[in-house]
Amino acid sequence: MAGLELLSDQGYRLDGRKSTELRKIQARMGVFDQADGSAYLEQGRTIALAVVYGPHDVRGSRAKIQHDRAVINCQYSMATFSTAERKRRPHGDRKSTEMSLHLKETFEAAILTHLYPRSQIDIYVKILQSDGGNYSACVNAATLAVIDAGIPMRDYVCACTVGFVDDTPLADMNHAEESGGGTNLALALLPRGGQIALLQMDARLHQDHLDTLMEAAMTACKGVSKVLDEVVRQHLQETVILTGE
Amino acid sequence: MAVDMRLPAILKQISLSGSKGAAASLVVPGDVITTDTGFMRGHGTYLDEEKLTASVAGEVERVNKLICVRPLKTRYNGEVGDVVVGRIAEVQQKRWKVETSSRLDSVLLLSSVNLPGGELRRRSAEDELSMRDYLQEGDLISAEVQAVFSDGALSLHTRSLKYGKLGQGVLVQVSPSLVKRQKTHFHNLPCGASIILGNNGYIWLHPTPMQQDEEAGGYYTSTEPVALSDREVISRLRNCILALAAHKVMLFDTSVLYCYESSLSHQIKDILKPEVTEEVVLQTRHRLADQEG
Repeated sequence: MAGLELLSDQGYRLDGRKSTELRKIQARMGVFDQADGSAYLEQGRTIALAVVYGPHDVRGSRAKIQHDRAVINCQYSMATFSTAERKRRPHGDRKSTEMSLHLKETFEAAILTHLYPRSQIDIYVKILQSDGGNYSACVNAATLAVIDAGIPMRDYVCACTVGFVDDTPLADMNHAEESGGGTNLALALLPRGGQIALLQMDARLHQDHLDTLMEAAMTACKGVSKVLDEVVRQHLQETVILTGE
Repeated sequence: MAVDMRLPAILKQISLSGSKGAAASLVVPGDVITTDTGFMRGHGTYLDEEKLTASVAGEVERVNKLICVRPLKTRYNGEVGDVVVGRIAEVQQKRWKVETSSRLDSVLLLSSVNLPGGELRRRSAEDELSMRDYLQEGDLISAEVQAVFSDGALSLHTRSLKYGKLGQGVLVQVSPSLVKRQKTHFHNLPCGASIILGNNGYIWLHPTPMQQDEEAGGYYTSTEPVALSDREVISRLRNCILALAAHKVMLFDTSVLYCYESSLSHQIKDILKPEVTEEVVLQTRHRLADQEG
């Protein structure tokens, strides 16, 4: 590695966090009127915007219609200004297609799709600012948007990345830590039941360390779920007060 | 041209005090509602290892043994007898597909519309071919829900002279949960315009028709220019409805009318400015509260 010390002797990371500490998460639901559900989420300096349309009739090709469940359509994109280097990002490049597919699989595991036969749910996520953990920010934002749209889910889906440096798992890595090229494990969890919606790992890791890493990732996801829970409950109470019931 | 500019404002915090009673029945997805197996599973819930669990965020409603969770915001869930406003999406064999912000497109069968020439007319093959002459893609209609299919799609009918194709007017789309269910959803407001409050959150504002209906069966739409005063009333009503919807006030004839009256001191375009919106909505809320008790 390029001489960057990701974990100091005192146990602090580059941005001053402890190894298990998450970045600050701030979120808001219902940011757009036009969409059925929407959410804005900041996870440290990573910012994601998620919009949900549906369930609605399947548009486009009739071949997509599923007669026993809803089709989930995800689209992931990054803003041109989201990274340090300004770059045009055409739709459908390999990275975003892969990310869209991951999001789709994650939400197929969580949304009760069998309740909406012959329909379609669109989830569009955009990264406005990228500082590592794009996948997890997208999942967390999209979860809030799906809840805002009133679409039934088994549970929240919470995602977090975990890295592994000096035999220590690092929760919720930022861009500087990710770009080191070390192990990076992304986990999407349904926290209450502890079911895994998606698990992805880049780079190599010794089998003996996998359990510690998974343990750390699950704890981190549960931490995220607490924050999301607070956001949703706050939003619920505000809406109930406004409608005056 | 003068341009109106404003600085970003801090989001207003809504005080959550004095609402602990409501908070008790609020659940989020994954919350266990009860572990008692004696209850029935309603909408918005699912069974997770014998535990009745919420699947949406909202309020718990209990009717005897049935437990439902009503989400605060959803797509329109149709019920028989609802008045809806919709847009024709497709013309098919013997039916129109109507977009009603429901989960699936609704259907309007050729056999459930009134064709010009009276009630007892036989529907011939020519009618089937000339369906597009009556209603074509993009047309707006008002209709009533006749039946709900097993997959949740709605079947509509327009077999009454109050339903049918909509002519000149303004469509406002709001969340379906904001439209209050009432005995009638057609109103001639005293301010000089008419309103159709569709249960699906589509609200149609139009000038009050001069004479009530002729033989056209509801397919004739006037293209006469609408007087400026009427258009102003309609624009004001539109902005009032948007203001009420932004502050999540239930929409029905009285609330719309009160909002209209409290907005009269402002210019029509100003109603959408956040500070004016807030003032107008607050006045409306007070008047509604006064009226209730």
